[in-house]
Amino acid sequence: MTDAARPRSLFDKLWDAHVVVPESEDSPAILFIDLHLVHEVTSPQAFAMLEERGLAVRRPDCTQATLDHSTPTLPAGADGRLPYATEAAEKQVRQLEENCARHGIDLLGLDDPRRGIVHVVGPELGLTQPGKTIVCGDSHTSTHGAFGALAFGIGTTEVGHVLATQCVLQRKPKSMRIDFEGELAPGVGAKDMALAMIAQIGADGGQGYAVEFAGPAVEALSMEGRMTLCNMAIEAGARVGMVAPDQTTFDYIEGRERAPQGEAWDAALERWRALPSDPGAAFDREVRVDAAAIRPMITFGVSPDAAAPAGGRAPIPATAGEREAADYMRFIPDRPFAEMAVNRVFIGSCTNSRLSDLREAAEVMRGRQVAKGITALVVPGSEAVRRAAEAEGLDTVFLESGAEWRLPGCSMCIAMNGDQGAPGDLVVSTSNRNFVGRQGKGVRTVLAGPATAAACAIAGRIVDPSDYLNGEAARAA
Amino acid sequence: MQPEPFTRLEAYSLVLPQSNIDTDQIIPARFLTTTSREGLGKGAFYDWRYTGDDVPKNATPFPVEGAGERKILVAGANFGCGSSREHAPWALLDYGFRAVISSDIADIFKSNALKNGLLPVEIDRTTHAKLMEQPGIRIVIDLERCLIETEHGLRAEFAVEPFARRCLLDGVDPLGHILAQESAIAAFEDAR
Ligand code: SF4
Repeated sequence: MTDAARPRSLFDKLWDAHVVVPESEDSPAILFIDLHLVHEVTSPQAFAMLEERGLAVRRPDCTQATLDHSTPTLPAGADGRLPYATEAAEKQVRQLEENCARHGIDLLGLDDPRRGIVHVVGPELGLTQPGKTIVCGDSHTSTHGAFGALAFGIGTTEVGHVLATQCVLQRKPKSMRIDFEGELAPGVGAKDMALAMIAQIGADGGQGYAVEFAGPAVEALSMEGRMTLCNMAIEAGARVGMVAPDQTTFDYIEGRERAPQGEAWDAALERWRALPSDPGAAFDREVRVDAAAIRPMITFGVSPDAAAPAGGRAPIPATAGEREAADYMRFIPDRPFAEMAVNRVFIGSCTNSRLSDLREAAEVMRGRQVAKGITALVVPGSEAVRRAAEAEGLDTVFLESGAEWRLPGCSMCIAMNGDQGAPGDLVVSTSNRNFVGRQGKGVRTVLAGPATAAACAIAGRIVDPSDYLNGEAARAA
Repeated sequence: MQPEPFTRLEAYSLVLPQSNIDTDQIIPARFLTTTSREGLGKGAFYDWRYTGDDVPKNATPFPVEGAGERKILVAGANFGCGSSREHAPWALLDYGFRAVISSDIADIFKSNALKNGLLPVEIDRTTHAKLMEQPGIRIVIDLERCLIETEHGLRAEFAVEPFARRCLLDGVDPLGHILAQESAIAAFEDAR
């Protein structure tokens, strides 16, 4: 077989199409970047480097900035000032505003009706498209792979490289396909798939790989579900997670502000349809996950691979590390997770803050009350999500149940804007990291999908959400 | 800003045997609101070093004043997993570390560390396990030969991405390397 006829994977095709200078033993490839997403936390030092070296931004037209990490989720006070957590946070926001103005970069500013979390707004605007290379100084950039894009997180030095040259230096990673076989059970979602997958392959199972998620259960996912799954690829150690583009993808993109229009749309469709992996394309590693066996999942440790069905029991720790994690999390070995009392619930983050996530949570919370003493925070991923949710009354559902309805941002996912738990709190969170202290010093984080998190808020303890999704039986009892 | 060249490092080890030490441990998010990269050493492993309110913990392997001669961090598997924050290597360097040894180091952290002159050293599990049992020993890291040796005769080879190695040994500037390909980049853009 000639090399030209060799079956190529989606990843191979994306890689090949963006190589400016091929990789050699001495040097990594120089890879062209179609879309560079920028936010306030990982960019200031990169802009400073540009200044130091007297360089301009090469392609402001391929760069999109937003504000999300340090921004408050509470509205401005009576004095008209936003309640920033610290002066430094406010300064960081100002700094990005200045940097974008100086370099001609489009910024979704604080008052922009399109502002939101970087990985939520890229797709919403139609900027995230199949076939693109996308980078951001943020590890969850893998989210955009849901569209059949090659998207990965980079460090701040590389942010500087991309600003100055629109390119990054990269060695081609190995490739892995993860096949989700069978159909998901009702009430099981993309977050549960992600957690089950990470539990199976480990928090470093994807290290060094670009992962393609495939199989019937992935094809059946909505775009929002696919984004949730690809978002979590990095929690398995993989910088890249992707799904082949199909009609679901095209339907999502069509008509969005920055999507190709008219003839350009037809041409794009033709290109995009050629992207999925060829039959027989080789992968360095193949993994199968039994999708039908997946239950609503939670994490019980301090690494995302410590995941198990919410309706199950805490495992008996086997290693020193597991014992330490169990001590920190205060799970009692071999006792049902249901015995764990919850203090806070966070529904939000680039993993689970889109409209379908909020609907899922609202379905559980509608007509029910958040358990006494529990703080539940619902934070939409973007202004667009906020408007859409409010248009269908989801904000009312949350508020009536006793939850808080906030302004868009990263919020308690990274807890650097002032939204955080208190030491010792058990927080059930729809975000992506259960690391020690991630949501505030001494906070114990349990990761879950939106329905599970909502059910935990109502029950006041860890529960499988199934009972709350089955009609009215358990409602307002 | 170019990192300091790195050829050979002789220093003592500080051991953190935990696996999956993530970037939120290395530098908690509340230290990320900075717009510079100076002074992050204060936040390095902050919650491991302080009880809060800047009161140093008693039971911590970390010297209060900085790494001193213990410039080599030996840590459990999957070190540096989590976020892409380059603040993590900045903080470790500012605290005084120059190298991290583990059996495997997370991709983005590794790439960030190399760009800043913090050498990520991945070695075989057996030697790694032995190093973890001997905190405070003297270790020589030789980047020319890609070899580590301890005062007790342990030896292990390690691999470093060749370009990053050249950058560290010879002071090659990665951005300069890309900028030198300006005509190729322009041609690529024109061809689309
Ligand atoms: S929501 Fe969390 S994971 Fe997503 S971009 Fe914000 S801080 Fe990062």
